[in-house]
Amino acid sequence: MHIVVCIKQVPDSAQIRVHPVTNTIMRQGVPAIINPFDVFAIEEALRLKDRFGGRITVLTMGPPQAEDALRKAIAYGADDVILLTDRAFAGADTLATSFALAQTIRKIAEEHPVDLVFTGKQTIDGDTAQVGPGIAKRLGLQLLTYVSAIDSLDLEERSITVQRRSEGGVQVIRTRLPALITMLEGSNQIRFAGMDDMFRSARFEVPKWNKERAGIEDVSKIGLKGSPTVVSKIFTPRPRAVRAQMIGADLDASGTANAVLDTLSSQHLRLAQELGLITA
Amino acid sequence: MAEKFDAIVVGAGPAGNAAAYTMAKAGLSVLQLERGETPGTKNVQGAILYADALERIIPDFRDDAPLERHVIEQRMWVLDEKSFIGTNYRSEAFNSDQPNRYTILRAPFDKWFSGKVKAAGGLVICETTVTELIQEGKKVIGVRTDREGGDIYADVVILADGVNSLLAKKAGFHGELEAKNVALAVKEIHFLPEEVVQSRFNIKGNEGVVIEIAGAVTHGMVGTAFLYTNKESITLGIGCLLSDFKKAGIAPYTLLEELKAHPAIAPLIEGGEMKEYAAHLIPEGGYKAVPTLYGEGWMIAGDSAGLVNAVHREGSNLAMTSGRLAAETVIALKEMKLPCTAPHLARYKAALDDSFVMKDLRKYKELPDILHGNPHFFSVYPRLLNRAAHTMLMVDGQDKHSKEKTIRGSFVEQRSLWGLVGDAYRMWRATR
Repeated sequence: MHIVVCIKQVPDSAQIRVHPVTNTIMRQGVPAIINPFDVFAIEEALRLKDRFGGRITVLTMGPPQAEDALRKAIAYGADDVILLTDRAFAGADTLATSFALAQTIRKIAEEHPVDLVFTGKQTIDGDTAQVGPGIAKRLGLQLLTYVSAIDSLDLEERSITVQRRSEGGVQVIRTRLPALITMLEGSNQIRFAGMDDMFRSARFEVPKWNKERAGIEDVSKIGLKGSPTVVSKIFTPRPRAVRAQMIGADLDASGTANAVLDTLSSQHLRLAQELGLITA
Repeated sequence: MAEKFDAIVVGAGPAGNAAAYTMAKAGLSVLQLERGETPGTKNVQGAILYADALERIIPDFRDDAPLERHVIEQRMWVLDEKSFIGTNYRSEAFNSDQPNRYTILRAPFDKWFSGKVKAAGGLVICETTVTELIQEGKKVIGVRTDREGGDIYADVVILADGVNSLLAKKAGFHGELEAKNVALAVKEIHFLPEEVVQSRFNIKGNEGVVIEIAGAVTHGMVGTAFLYTNKESITLGIGCLLSDFKKAGIAPYTLLEELKAHPAIAPLIEGGEMKEYAAHLIPEGGYKAVPTLYGEGWMIAGDSAGLVNAVHREGSNLAMTSGRLAAETVIALKEMKLPCTAPHLARYKAALDDSFVMKDLRKYKELPDILHGNPHFFSVYPRLLNRAAHTMLMVDGQDKHSKEKTIRGSFVEQRSLWGLVGDAYRMWRATR
């Protein structure tokens, strides 16, 4: 079994500074970390490897300093890593990024066929949750987003069953391999690497692939050229002025519940209809 | 199989980086262990970089080190509640090609320094805490880390794990750090546009100003405050002896808030956005508090050895120098094929004694005791000086002779004639 985990190095948003004058993000001096959601993806892949054996390749696209994120992945236990780095990739949006990553995974698969691809559910800097699905679509992989647990994996049958968080509940989904899974936060806890892995990580020569090495010929699909997304405006959303409302606080439990429902029905007609509180 | 190195350096601050770099560059196999996520994430300093100490390790550091501003002006202020009296020294001579002092931000600076260690061939492993030294009898033969399979061996271990070296304490190399020998400092970094920093301090380009502050703001505790200009920010901090904080029952952040509100300081940081705050212990016991510096298979450097010159606010240069001297000791022993036994490592102590590190600490060896016994240096004198200046500068119809008499009278009243003479003698003795 060969698992590819796609990760991204992101600025630690907890420590990010906004320039007081220009309102732009000041990346300088802000520590770079592995996108926290991707850490769950790495650990889930490692757990599958613990159970079923196989090989894990961690892939990232980014500037040369993204090597630090991959070195960390080696410490956690990845077998191999690839840093996809080329000036031609600069300025990529999610469309161009998923193209470059999909192409690279194709190239990786030439040597070691890929059974599973993991990513985090989204990144904390872009928050789009588009790159994972983009890769799945381009590679024709079964797509499992917002996965909170992997129930079973059958390598003979080439099938996988996962729990997927959806609005209002959990879906249990079974599909065939190869598949792409985007992991939800809190689904596992990353392991604490042993000293041997730390040494291996510190000494590891991180392979760097440029666009040629990744087999990318069409430069119109990568970098700024391949990115139709335009940022037209950036603004800080204004906090809403609506205040919290106390409803039926002085009544007993059933009185309070009725008062809440009455208020909801009067303010949100469609919701009230769906709940059957009033008829359309 | 357990790994073995020529040397293990614990800690990636100025002392550890200097030691690891110097040994790695000389071709020794060096492992450096740091508990922070990257070098610099756990390290706190004012921070002023003294070029000389680093130049002796990396002569061309100015080419790529992340430096903020080179210092062309130093102000010394003595504060009363609403005033200050002070001196400035500013010189164009500090605008040379090789400036002598810089303000720095430690997170990027330490990362840069660590990059040099790696480039020189040192193996740097972060997020790994050394929990204890592995000893064979009295001899240190390696370190134990908090990771599985975490025992690592070396011919010599250099402890640069910072103030209050728990490793050295655990191994019994020194005792508990005494509250009277350690200062607790707090600082904040306030972001301001580059042009604002430049215009507020009358500087251009990368010129910088530092202000060293004493007086009312420490509430009579033994301590000082500082303000440093960075490229796009101002660092402001204050520190006093831990024992004094305990006695006074004042929280450090209270002092910092008061400092920020002082009429001499408030306009300098106005409009800034506070984006970083930190606290740190500074070993200020001086010469008499320096522990044993070496033993069988180990040496200790920098803050962990208490090598701080509190009078001149120097620490990182003593740290880098001690780290370098420890490293050079190991290199020399390796060349002579001598083992790192205590008698051989005594060369490290001899080299330190021969350097400015110990010479300066020895010069001020009596000062900590004198300051402890004479808190009026931090309370009475600042007030008297400020009032004297005020009296002289008020043009109010009183003749100057009478004004001088009033000022003299206020000094004698507060300290008595013999008190004044005694204070002068004590200061002379402590700093000669």
